[in-house]
Amino acid sequence: MTTVEESPATDQPDPEGPEVGFGRTLRKEDIRFVRGKGNYLDDVRIPGMLHGAVLRSPIAHGRIVNIDTSAAEAHPKVKAVITGAILETLNLAWAPSLSHDVIAILATDKVRYQGQEVAFVVAEDHYSARDALELIDVEYEILDPVVDARKALEPGAPVIRTDIEDKADNHIFDWESGDADATQAQFDKADVVVTEDLLYPRVHPAPLETCGSVADMDPVDGKLTLWCTTQAPHAHRTVYALVAGLPEHKIRVISPDIGGGFGNKVGIYPGYVLSVVGSIITKKPVKWMENREENLISTSFARDYHMHGEIAATSEGKILGVKVDVLADHGAFNNTAQPTKFPAGFFHVFTGSYDYPAAHCKVTGVYTNKAPGGVAYACSFRVTEAVYLIERMVDRLAQQLGMDPAELRMKNLLQPEQFPYHSPTGWEYDSGNYPAALQMALDMAGYDELRREQAEKRAAYEATGSGDLMGIGISFFTETVGAGPRKHMDILGLGMADGCELRVHPTGKAVVRLSVQTQGQGHETTFAQIVSEVTGIPTADIEVVHGDTDNTPFGLGTYGSRSTPVSGAAAAIASRRVVDKAKIIAATMMEANPDDLEWEQGTWSVKGSPDRSVTIQETAMAAHGPLELPEGVEGQLDASCVYDPPNLTYPFGAYICVADIDSGTGHVKVRRFIAVDDCGPRINPMIVEGQVHGGLADGVGMALMEVIAFDEGGNCLGASFMDYLLPTSMECPSWETGETVTPSPHHPLGVKGVGESATVGSPPAVVNAVVDALAPFGVTDIDMPCTPAQVWRTMQGRRFRSDLAITDD
Amino acid sequence: MQVPAPFVYERATSVQDALALLAKHGPDARLVAGGHSLLPMMKLRFADPAALIDINSIDGLDQISVADGIMTIGAMVTHAQLLASDVVAQHFPMLTEAERVIADPVVRNKGTVGGSLCQADPAEDLSAALGALRASVTTIGSGGSRSIPVRELHDGPYQTVLDENEMVTEVTVPLPSGSSSSAYEKLERRVGDWAIAASGVSVSVADGVISEIGIGLAAVEAPNMVAADAEDAARGQVPSAELIERIGELAAEATDPNTDQRGPADYKRHLAGELTKRALRRALTNAGALTNEGAL
Ligand SMILES: Cc1cc2nc3c(=O)[nH]c(=O)nc-3n(C[C@H](O)[C@H](O)[C@H](O)COP(=O)(O)OP(=O)(O)OC[C@H]3O[C@@H](n4cnc5c(N)ncnc54)[C@H](O)[C@@H]3O)c2cc1C
Repeated sequence: MTTVEESPATDQPDPEGPEVGFGRTLRKEDIRFVRGKGNYLDDVRIPGMLHGAVLRSPIAHGRIVNIDTSAAEAHPKVKAVITGAILETLNLAWAPSLSHDVIAILATDKVRYQGQEVAFVVAEDHYSARDALELIDVEYEILDPVVDARKALEPGAPVIRTDIEDKADNHIFDWESGDADATQAQFDKADVVVTEDLLYPRVHPAPLETCGSVADMDPVDGKLTLWCTTQAPHAHRTVYALVAGLPEHKIRVISPDIGGGFGNKVGIYPGYVLSVVGSIITKKPVKWMENREENLISTSFARDYHMHGEIAATSEGKILGVKVDVLADHGAFNNTAQPTKFPAGFFHVFTGSYDYPAAHCKVTGVYTNKAPGGVAYACSFRVTEAVYLIERMVDRLAQQLGMDPAELRMKNLLQPEQFPYHSPTGWEYDSGNYPAALQMALDMAGYDELRREQAEKRAAYEATGSGDLMGIGISFFTETVGAGPRKHMDILGLGMADGCELRVHPTGKAVVRLSVQTQGQGHETTFAQIVSEVTGIPTADIEVVHGDTDNTPFGLGTYGSRSTPVSGAAAAIASRRVVDKAKIIAATMMEANPDDLEWEQGTWSVKGSPDRSVTIQETAMAAHGPLELPEGVEGQLDASCVYDPPNLTYPFGAYICVADIDSGTGHVKVRRFIAVDDCGPRINPMIVEGQVHGGLADGVGMALMEVIAFDEGGNCLGASFMDYLLPTSMECPSWETGETVTPSPHHPLGVKGVGESATVGSPPAVVNAVVDALAPFGVTDIDMPCTPAQVWRTMQGRRFRSDLAITDD
Repeated sequence: MQVPAPFVYERATSVQDALALLAKHGPDARLVAGGHSLLPMMKLRFADPAALIDINSIDGLDQISVADGIMTIGAMVTHAQLLASDVVAQHFPMLTEAERVIADPVVRNKGTVGGSLCQADPAEDLSAALGALRASVTTIGSGGSRSIPVRELHDGPYQTVLDENEMVTEVTVPLPSGSSSSAYEKLERRVGDWAIAASGVSVSVADGVISEIGIGLAAVEAPNMVAADAEDAARGQVPSAELIERIGELAAEATDPNTDQRGPADYKRHLAGELTKRALRRALTNAGALTNEGAL
């Protein structure tokens, strides 16, 4: 394995850029985006289109006594009012969830969270549809809600899922990983055991484009066209076929430009189904587009993990084992999106980047009267929670031992020669050079100098009782992406392999068709560059087609940073197949033996006589021309591949955050953030940096301001962007990024995926910095988000629960 | 897209026209200025006015001028105008500082001084700042014109003492005398957010003592959004570190904050004191009344 250190990236892409292959080029899709010419869901307009709107529950838990829709139906512009009772007659009131459960499309018996779908109005225009919602009269019998996940399993807690036969509690599952006995044995011989209760509160991916759909059921040929904000168009189509009984070939799902997904657009929402039902009933196309509040209160949230961690070590700081007990709040329906066999996602990769023999975790999932979800927001199937757990525990251990957290990490990091590494919870990390990445981050930060500055500031604070408190936080993460090997990983029975089809036209231009779906990640550029790198066809000559089930191969879509690891591999292999076929054609053209040819990006030539050569473009024309091809070789130049990844890929990185806290107000300012990422070779370094920048901003947001809390009545307290705060450039420092390059041994291009690395890795760095700054006050932990109020209260040893409404206590 | 309930829209061409339209549409009609408080509430369907009377086309309400020791700010002057004004910065640094942290440029380009004051939001920064500066609003209504001190304009959250058919046309702010300055301190959870707490302090110093002081507080439920007891305690006093501490404590005592997702009441009360001390210290320093700042 090699680790190549490259010079720090420059800020600007080279406007010339390389014409062929990998490198820093402008994004092809930006030509339309920067002109405002993107085509998002709400831009889809079809003649005769009607507009739908959802009536939502104002309460968190209640029995539906009666729904009176007569006044709404009498509205002159209303075409249909659909209730749960109507859906029941169509057998569509409930649908399977992504996790062995069901979700309600429209509530029939009870409402189970604020914002749950209760009725759907279809009207001539959006305004009338919304007006008509106010004309629907729903009578509820209010029930006590379960708001605090920690009380969900208490005897006597209200039972939320009365729809499940004999259900007498709010328990969903217990799940374990690792070896409890072996871990205990390590704890028994430890010098030090540190425990901490950590909360990763509920947050929301909050894509700037909310969710929506336009359903057009053609009453004549029975074909449904569904434009939909989906990250996984093919998976959606199959689910509609299975659930609604529509024949799959009569469903076309089109995912147009997507304005951010972050996992929020993986699942199937009731609104999508309702637009389809609305179109079937009215025989007209029906658009449904949720507003901001609806997106925040009802669609897939992320995290909500209440974690109890224990870490055991020797007095010299050698980690021996880790134990974790998790209470997972899944909301009212278990609808987390992850490979079927893993109810806690990939949380059991929590052993992190360190070398120790044993670990064990137990995860208990519970129902609460909150919106369903849990796996979203660039979390890599809960690697976010796992990294937060281990990185906070390692810092906690350092604090307990009085050891520098960088030194403690260096002491325990996996060494390059340990790869492929088999972790105590069953993962096989593909490749890595962790100490090099951490060292690079420490060097970039000027770590020793920062610690000196901190010591001075602390002394000054102690002398005056005022001024800034400085903190330095480190996080080292191992990501787990590119799901995944189909024999282990499926979603609703669909194996997680992805397809790619590549066709080179006679003139040497190409079209590549993908099963994954970009949401802003720049696939139209990255995938063109992959094909270009392998075939030598210029990036500009390659059209990327995705997001349309009628025009792309089957695959499971884009989430979990899987596009490049899975579809990227498919694209590389399809490209190689094209190059191989071009070789035969080139040999025929030059009347040479294929074995005598050699490839140099874009050209086959006869070894030893470089003047005898043909370009890939020339082979393309010949492949479509009158040239007589050898026996068994078909004309044209195309290839396809369905890629079943042999393993996941494991990007990693070392992050350092420097924060200053105003001791008088508790306000945290992130002064510097150093991020060294290793995602293998970088196809387009600018796009990779963009992904890292975005994820770092996510991390600052989650660590400092983002949270979806609920009051006692189960009311969502993060229902607008005035309440759910997203960070802006003003809260973000100028990111200092670095890279090491450790290729994945099993990926055809060595690349690992980077879409979620920074979101996964950055929150613990910020929180570690905050706790480090507050250490002189005896602080060992703080709950995210570290708002000024929470920091001030924590300084006084009076933290409040950030997942509940703030009270006076 | 969040959409409001149906309403009638009218565009007023003069103050008298606006008053006539208000009378015509009755008690459920509302004036709309920048719309940045009213329209969001309508889109969330928290507000449901039957008619909107748009006052953006009325001439002459968007001027800032100084005459006879008084600055006059038209009701339709936008936040952006106030922020950009040199004459405002020269006389009332507090207003410039407050404007810098009110909302974001998009809101500041449309939101108006009149709308801010009449919204009567307890967290509105200009209500605190103009209250500290002892500004008054001039109104025109069916009963003619009157002047109302900003400190007396609000009648509880989101309520003003204005009659149904009365509108604010301008704000008058007396220019300070002697050595004076002012400062505004606001803590927000994120840029563009409303205040967790904010404090604006204006001071005039004569003969080595504080001759006049105004302390405005936003978002902490101080009566009339000012700290009157703290003002009384400071007037006539020699500026000192101890005085600043004491005034901060009194400002905190003037508050009765609500506990909400911005923070618990005890924290907000602490902030009211802390931010008042900071604003007072800076105002005194800039007024030349505190030279040994380092010692404070
Ligand atoms: C995202 C966002 C963030 C914000 N952040 C802040 C902040 O941090 N600090 C802050 O102080 N403010 C903030 N605001 C509010 C902003 O300053 C508003 O622009 C201002 O409060 C209202 O001014 P307007 O002209 O838009 O009023 P409008 O919304 O048009 O009107 C508000 C109310 O005043 C009445 N009204 C308007 N003009 C008159 C008049 N001349 N006479 C009588 N009644 C009148 C209206 O009928 C209405 O009831 C924020 C607003 C937004 C949208």
